[in-house]
Amino acid sequence: MTEELLCCRGLGKQFGHKVALAGVDLSLGRGRIIGLLGPNGSGKTTLIKLANGLLTPTRGEILINGEVPGPATKAVVSYLPDASYLPSWMRVRDLVNMFDDFYADFSADRAVEMLSTLEISGAERLKHLSKGTKEKVQLVLAMSRQAQLYLLDEPIGGVDPAARDYILRTILQNYSAEATVLISTHLISDIEPVLDEAIFIQNGHILLHRPVDDIRETEGKSVDEYFREVFKC
Amino acid sequence: MGWTFDGGRPLYTQLVEQLKAKIVSGEYPPGQRIPPVRELAAEAGVNPNTLQRAFSELEREGLLHAERTSGRFVTEDVSLVEYLRGEMARELADQYLDQTRQLGYSNEQAVELIRRRSEET
Repeated sequence: MTEELLCCRGLGKQFGHKVALAGVDLSLGRGRIIGLLGPNGSGKTTLIKLANGLLTPTRGEILINGEVPGPATKAVVSYLPDASYLPSWMRVRDLVNMFDDFYADFSADRAVEMLSTLEISGAERLKHLSKGTKEKVQLVLAMSRQAQLYLLDEPIGGVDPAARDYILRTILQNYSAEATVLISTHLISDIEPVLDEAIFIQNGHILLHRPVDDIRETEGKSVDEYFREVFKC
Repeated sequence: MGWTFDGGRPLYTQLVEQLKAKIVSGEYPPGQRIPPVRELAAEAGVNPNTLQRAFSELEREGLLHAERTSGRFVTEDVSLVEYLRGEMARELADQYLDQTRQLGYSNEQAVELIRRRSEET
């Protein structure tokens, strides 16, 4: 196992003439919780989709464990998309079984335990759940895998503050010491205390990638305040 | 005692301070086992690596010690805890004097004020 978990070299993605990512160089290590922070349309989701192999690079490369995204990397990457992607007619317990079938590293026991803490019944159909509850179900499914890399695209956007705390605690307790969690969000103050590192991204460029305590120490302000300053409109 | 963090300072520094406060106040008495990093990090809502760093600092200062298999413990050296208590109290006293000075109080006035307030409360 190499030290470097995810690596981007000159990674670019264009949609027609629109540049979504413009030559990103990035290296992520193991055992970290990293915030991918940027305004709307900065390239967060594009980067995450490239890491999943849902998009292919226009230029450069992205590697996970030294490999191009494919079946081998997907087996070790747990992805939470920013939109609902699960069939809405399915019941929660069927989804748990489906994930159990699909992923060798999935723990159904853990999923059931988290769902019961969140008071979500396995008998519910997804389409009868509120937006926030649907998000919780998706997050539970993503965090019930023993992955090496979790890519969480806006995991807390639609849930209430109390559930947000539970979700962050869930993330803290469920990733293994060697795993890395990449969380994209613009709700920085909520996740700031759980982060090791922050990545600021804007117009497809990485503006900075630094340890959170380093930012707080040298800038004398929280990452949230610093973000507001850097991205001031 | 809960965990609260303010914006502008490293979380690691704030965790060291709050853990020290828990040791001095007796919430973590001498010889007590401290919860594992994961568990305490989840409770405080902070990154486990940051908490680990704070633990290492407290170990360096001799306030905590790790036993290979059984976990991490508060020092049994009561005089060390006493010393820490004194140090934290001195720091508070310095802050008080500093701030009353900014208000235009002399040290004598500040001391007199403290004496009077302590009699009233």
